Order: sequence, then C-alpha cells, then structure tokens
Amino acid sequence: MTELAPQLLSVPSPSATPVEDRKASNGATLPSARIERPARREQMEESPKLTAEELSAWFGAKQVLQRVSLAIPANRVTAIIGPSGCGKSTLLRCFNRMHETVTGARATGKVRLDGQDIYARGVDPVLIRRQIGMVFQKPNPFPSMSIRDNVLSGLRLTGLLKRELAEGIMERALIQAALWEEVQDRLSEPGISLSGGQQQRLCIARALAVEPEVLLMDEPCSALDPIATARIEDLMHSLSDRYTIVIVTHNMQQAARVSDQTAFLLMGELVEFGATDQLFTSPHDVRTEDYITGKFG
Amino acid sequence: MTKAHTDREFEGELQELRNQLLEMAGRVESMIADSIRALVQRDSDLAVRTIEADNRVDRDELEADDLCLRILARRQPMASDLRFITLALKMVTDLERIGDLAVNICERAIDLNQEPNLKPYEDIPRMAGVVQSMVREAIDAFVTGDVRKARAVVERDDELDELYHRVFRDLLHLMMKDPSGLERGIHIQSVAKFLERMGDHGTNLAEQVVFMVKGKDIRHPGRLEGENG
Repeated sequence: MTELAPQLLSVPSPSATPVEDRKASNGATLPSARIERPARREQMEESPKLTAEELSAWFGAKQVLQRVSLAIPANRVTAIIGPSGCGKSTLLRCFNRMHETVTGARATGKVRLDGQDIYARGVDPVLIRRQIGMVFQKPNPFPSMSIRDNVLSGLRLTGLLKRELAEGIMERALIQAALWEEVQDRLSEPGISLSGGQQQRLCIARALAVEPEVLLMDEPCSALDPIATARIEDLMHSLSDRYTIVIVTHNMQQAARVSDQTAFLLMGELVEFGATDQLFTSPHDVRTEDYITGKFG
Repeated sequence: MTKAHTDREFEGELQELRNQLLEMAGRVESMIADSIRALVQRDSDLAVRTIEADNRVDRDELEADDLCLRILARRQPMASDLRFITLALKMVTDLERIGDLAVNICERAIDLNQEPNLKPYEDIPRMAGVVQSMVREAIDAFVTGDVRKARAVVERDDELDELYHRVFRDLLHLMMKDPSGLERGIHIQSVAKFLERMGDHGTNLAEQVVFMVKGKDIRHPGRLEGENG
C-alpha cells in the first residue's frame, strides 16, 4: 500500500460533528469545524496544548523515535531541529496520526491534545487531523482547482459547507494566510498559477479554513526563496496568537528566528528542549552545542 | 580537546580571530609595561615610541571588528561560537581602551620627566604590575577557557583599587605639605587613575571570558533577576 496523498489526509472528515454558529471577523456567521471549543487563551497558555509521553515510533523493525516526552505550549511556535534521519518529521507525523498511514509504521506511548490521548481506542484519526492540520515541504495545491476551491476543499469534503457562507470562510482563511490582497481579483484562476511562496500560503489558507487548533509545518520554506520565506515566517508569528504551531526545519537560523521553544532530536532521542533564546546561545547538552555550531559528524 | 568545526574554512576564520586577539593583547600588555618604564626610568623616547605603537593597536581593533562582522554575516554563528564572536567584539574595545590609557600615561610621563621626581615611584609600578598580570591572566583564561582563572582576575581589581587609594592619599599629603609639587602630584595622580581604569577594563575582559565559557553573565551581580553572582 502506498502512502495516501497528504492533502487527502489533512482535510476534514465527512462524519457528522456538531456545527456551531460563530461570527467571523467580517461579521459573517460561520460553521465551526472544531470538535470542541478551545479553552480561553490565558488558560491555554498555562497548560500544554500537545504532549508526547514516552513516544516511540518504528518503520518496520527500525526504531526512529525513542521514548520522546515533551510538552508543546499553546499559542507558541515550537521548532524541532536535528540532522537528517533524526526522527523529527516522524515526530511531527505522530502528532496528528499521519505516521500510522505508512505501511509497517507503528508507534507506542501517548500523544495528548488538551490532555486527551489522540491514540486512545475509538478516536477517529481523521477528526484529529482536522484539529491538528499540516503544511508540507512542497506546496501542494490541488492542481485542477481554482484558488477559491483549493481553500474550501477541506470544508467541502465534509458536506457541511453552506454555499452562502463559503465566500466569508474563504476570505477569512486567505486573510489569515496573508494572501488575500494578492489574489482577491483572481480567485477563479488555478491554484497552481501562483508563485511557490503564494502556493504555500494557499496551502496554509486551506489548512486554516477548517479551523484547526494546531498547525504542524514540515520544512514549509525549504522550497521557497528568501522573500517568500520571510513572508511565511512573518505569518507564523501572527498566526501563533490563535494557533499552536510546530515547525520542523533544517534551517537553524529559521528555528532561531521564528520559534519560542526548540527541541533538538538526535537519532530518535530528544536531547534538549527549551527556550529558543537559551538553546541557541547557551545549550545545556554538548551534543546540541556540537550540532548547532556545525561540529556534528 | 574540543571538536573542530566540520566546515574547515569557518574553523580557520575563528582561529584567525583568536590569533588576532592574542596578538593585540600582547601588544597592549607591552604598552602598559613600556609606559610605566618610560615614567619610572624617565625615558621620554620610550614614551614617544609607546605612543606611536598605539596606532598598531587601533588597527588591530579595526581588523578584528571587520573579521567579526564578516563571520557574523557569513556564518550566523550559534552557541559558543556566537558567544566567542560577541566576546571578541567587546574584548577589542577594552584592549583598545587600555592602549589609549597607556598613551595617556606616556603623555604624563613626558611632562613629569622634565621636572625632578616628586618622590620615588613605589606603588605606581606595583599597580602596573597588577594591571599587566590581570590582562595577561584574562587572556590566558580566554585561551584555555579557564573560568577559575578569569574569576581570580575579577577579584584582583580590589587589590588595584586599594593601591590607587593609597597613592591618592600619599599624594594628597605631599601636595598639602609642599604646594610646589602640586602640578607633578596631579600628573602622578592621573597616572594612578589611568592604571585603575585599566584594571576595570581587565575585569571586563575576565567577565567576558566567563560568559564565553559558561554562557553566564557575571557582570553587575544582583542587578538582573535570577542573578546569583
């Protein structure tokens, strides 16, 4: 079995969920795609949004994560760094149950979202992926869809999207993704007609349209030029007011620029996790020091 | 033995910066010794040569700054490398200021050498010895990453302050007793003050070494939240 296309995995499930009416910033009443209402921000900041407890992961017989435990704070940007093959993308994919979609892949331990174990029996992984959205390394808009339809594709698949609300939701998602100004006059053009950086922001808009609580970003800027990268980084900063963001990056300067907390993984083990300012100026572990100063290998 | 950087060119740049700092520190240390010798041995030619030597120290500062900026721009250093570069940027300023103060001592020496000695120099050479050893020990601590040595330098500043106050009291007494020695007395007091200021810069150097090695800022104890000295 081949791995499913990521865009199909991170869209909402058609299964029925309570629909709440809520007001968008432009005054339109929008359906909520959340399973439950998040706690108020001040409460969220006190307790971690997402936690891994003794999380181990395998591809077949090969163990790629070794009993990783860490607590990701709400409404902050958390970066995961480490050399190739250290397990950082696997950790990210365990956070929204994408890891298990690969044949032969398995995981043990716990991942909790707001304290609830997302691997518990009876939890629908598709609902989890709606609450914990993902943006990938390479921008992947649906090639046959317009900009408008790309943004709405997730909600449309739920069957819950009311036609009269669609424009408001799309506009809000594009505004949040800092793309609205550039595309508002060309919404019917194909998503792939945009530049690479714009396509990546379109993918972010698509992820935001279903109102996730956590946004996982796997090397979101590695295919982008410095200006497009700066736009995404600026966007991450503004989005962290409303969302919990976890970014995997090879670029340590990027991790230093955008994140509040940084985790350093090495050979599947969490070596160090702490405030970004501290980790990049005075890391506690010599392995972190060697990696970030380029003495690795 | 610390590991070398994978990028050998970067490793070479850091080594070059380290060498530049050591050479600059060596020149400054000689300037301190020469300025006091020019005073005590009444050698105004040496004073002039020492003043001229400061041009090289000024150039050292510019070259080290250039190299630091180049490394920051090209390498975006992290962790101990970042601390080393920021340390280097501050160290060169302190070293350059010590050089300037040695020049100030030479200028006073040239004036004083034209007059008879007010009194034999005793505590001034002692102060210079302490300053020289503070600079030397701070640089040794920098080279070897020896935090204990660096902390010991910080403590020696008290010894220097004590000597300075003794010189000040003695001069005050002499000048009150014989106002004809007022101008010379003020010049000598200035020399003592310059040495005391050099000690402050030596303390800065040592504090910066502690930060480089431990990542801990020991300046201004108690002034920052969570600082335990």
